[in-house]
Amino acid sequence: MSVRQSETIQHETIQHETMELEENIAPPMVNGELLFDAPWQGRTFGIARVLCESGLFSWDEFRGSLIDRIGRRDEIHREDEPYAYYDHFLVALTNLLSVKGICDIKELIGRDEEFHARPHGHDH
Amino acid sequence: MADHDHDHEHKHEPQAIRAEALESLLIEKGLLTSDAIDDVIQRYGERVGPLNGAFVIARAWSDPEFRKHLLDDGSSAIAEFQFEGGQVDKLVVVENTLSVHNAVVCTLCSCYPWAVLGLPPRWYKDPEYRSRIVREPRAVLAEMGVELAKDTEIRIWDSSAEVRYMVLPQQPEQSIGRPEEELAAIVSRDSMIGVAIL
Repeated sequence: MSVRQSETIQHETIQHETMELEENIAPPMVNGELLFDAPWQGRTFGIARVLCESGLFSWDEFRGSLIDRIGRRDEIHREDEPYAYYDHFLVALTNLLSVKGICDIKELIGRDEEFHARPHGHDH
Repeated sequence: MADHDHDHEHKHEPQAIRAEALESLLIEKGLLTSDAIDDVIQRYGERVGPLNGAFVIARAWSDPEFRKHLLDDGSSAIAEFQFEGGQVDKLVVVENTLSVHNAVVCTLCSCYPWAVLGLPPRWYKDPEYRSRIVREPRAVLAEMGVELAKDTEIRIWDSSAEVRYMVLPQQPEQSIGRPEEELAAIVSRDSMIGVAIL
């Protein structure tokens, strides 16, 4: 499969999803292309940028965490598997925040479990 | 990507919940606000993108002095545009010619000159592109629609924390002498990464 073929397939999926999203939460477009496959990816990117811009870490520090995560995932990545860049981005961010004492991973998991336990049909 | 047959499953993706949990904790800690995140998303969605790079290329095609400045010191040449987005502290612009074709990658992650090109496309971040463009550049370029003569030299530039690269594509002959706005409209993002020719 060529590099761009995979992009096309993902685009079809995304367009389908976007139509189902409310207009006001649809991911932004840039020169005709969607930046994020899902709103949470945009939020995650936004969190990283805001914290970096307020000086809690440098982008190079974040980049180090991302390289560490991606490097380990690349070794076990199968070619027939779609690549989940923002999954790695999110893990790299939570790892960095934990290492820097900004947000403890246990605290995060606790909040995560609370949210998972929300009543079915919860919509934020 | 996981199976997203309908909206409901989408909202309950574990990563979506993890990101939501992280955002809510950081807001409680007073480290960010939802509005600040919205602002970032809007900035990168609307004002930071490859159109900025296209204006730079159009200027370089029209103005030989600017072209020289851009190739000598990319960061200083684009300073006058005051683009937002960052990641261009050390921007190196490499020129495609009849005999040399340049293409850009970040083999380790996703380094990319945001201020001129926006956020990178999906395939740029994929392990497939990151590894293959270095190993077999001619084949990958051909798959992406760039057929090069056998004697064209291919140079692959690996973007890093220190240096970000952008390609100055060859100007299509029929566009020579056209106004800058018209030229900017024909410069594609992919041509500035070096995976398309115009």
